[in-house]
Amino acid sequence: MISDKIIIIIPAYNEEKNIHSVINSLKQENANFECLVINDGSADDTQKAAESSGLATVVQLPANLGIGGAVQTGFKYAFYHQFDYAIQFDGDGQHLASEIKHLLAPLRNKQCDVCIGSRFVQKTEGFQSTFMRRIGIKIFKVLNRLLIGQKITDSTSGFRAYNKETIAFLAANYPTDYPEPETIILLGKNDFIIKEVSVEMVERQGGESSISGLKSAYYMVKVVLAMLMTAQRHKIRRKMKDE
Amino acid sequence: MNNLLDILISNRIQVFSVIGSISLIFIIFELIKYKKLKEQYSLLWLGCGFIFLFFSIFKPLLQIFANTLGIIYAPSALLLMLILSAFFILIQYSVVISKLSESNKNLIQEVGILKAELKKLQSHVMDGK
Repeated sequence: MISDKIIIIIPAYNEEKNIHSVINSLKQENANFECLVINDGSADDTQKAAESSGLATVVQLPANLGIGGAVQTGFKYAFYHQFDYAIQFDGDGQHLASEIKHLLAPLRNKQCDVCIGSRFVQKTEGFQSTFMRRIGIKIFKVLNRLLIGQKITDSTSGFRAYNKETIAFLAANYPTDYPEPETIILLGKNDFIIKEVSVEMVERQGGESSISGLKSAYYMVKVVLAMLMTAQRHKIRRKMKDE
Repeated sequence: MNNLLDILISNRIQVFSVIGSISLIFIIFELIKYKKLKEQYSLLWLGCGFIFLFFSIFKPLLQIFANTLGIIYAPSALLLMLILSAFFILIQYSVVISKLSESNKNLIQEVGILKAELKKLQSHVMDGK
């Protein structure tokens, strides 16, 4: 049996402190994982830190695109190289490599096209995020149900697994900034099936959260608008021909 | 001769707006001619220029237009048109910028991927030697 080609897409912006251990933990989990670090125009030595491990391919973006543009670069790479599954994995050490197998299982069983690692499916032991952030996540949950009729509890989780068809779709269509909640609507609107599995996450090991203070108000307005707009758009997915 | 001057002076605003419209149209044409402005982005400007010119010359039509909108001083109607045109042109710019930033994003992504591929290829070649 030929084993599946699995790529781990790691968007990184100023993560020189974390990136090395993130890559190591992934390779320890499964040596066959291809690690792809997208260095989103970092000001620090993220690129060197990632390359020094010798275990990852590093894509150096010549300008800062924001998380969405960085992750999409990973989808494009995965699409060009015909990977079977892609895992989106934060470069800051928030996600655990040991949880990846739980995300891949439902994809392999053809239960869904996308699998989201969620902190809220059932109460987990680990990091639960701040109060304000949890309110935002509740609002997203209601929107998900209204707009695409799928129950997604953790819209902001950036710990996700995608199958081949989803990779091809997202390589061509992916939002630029604050992409996570919007992508759920985009995928749901285009008849991709999304499933959540419960995972544990840990608190950030270093760096700073990209969303804090006044920015969070802007974040909510921008994301809610984007979700509503995405829901208005026509379906863009055309069924891929069976290979 | 004196009579014509009188007419011109008593209609200064009309004279001014005719000259203004013609200058606008002229400048836009010159910019296109010297390739400082692409044709597709000039159409809105030219359209606005010709509308101004038309209403500046045919004052009674401007009067009718102003009356319909309930504007007492007819030249204010011109001002309204000016503001509206500026609005449309600005909206067009936002659309163009959005399109540009999308293609810019795609370029950045492709360049990043190509550089990584090149590096891999180079190291393969080095290993081969």
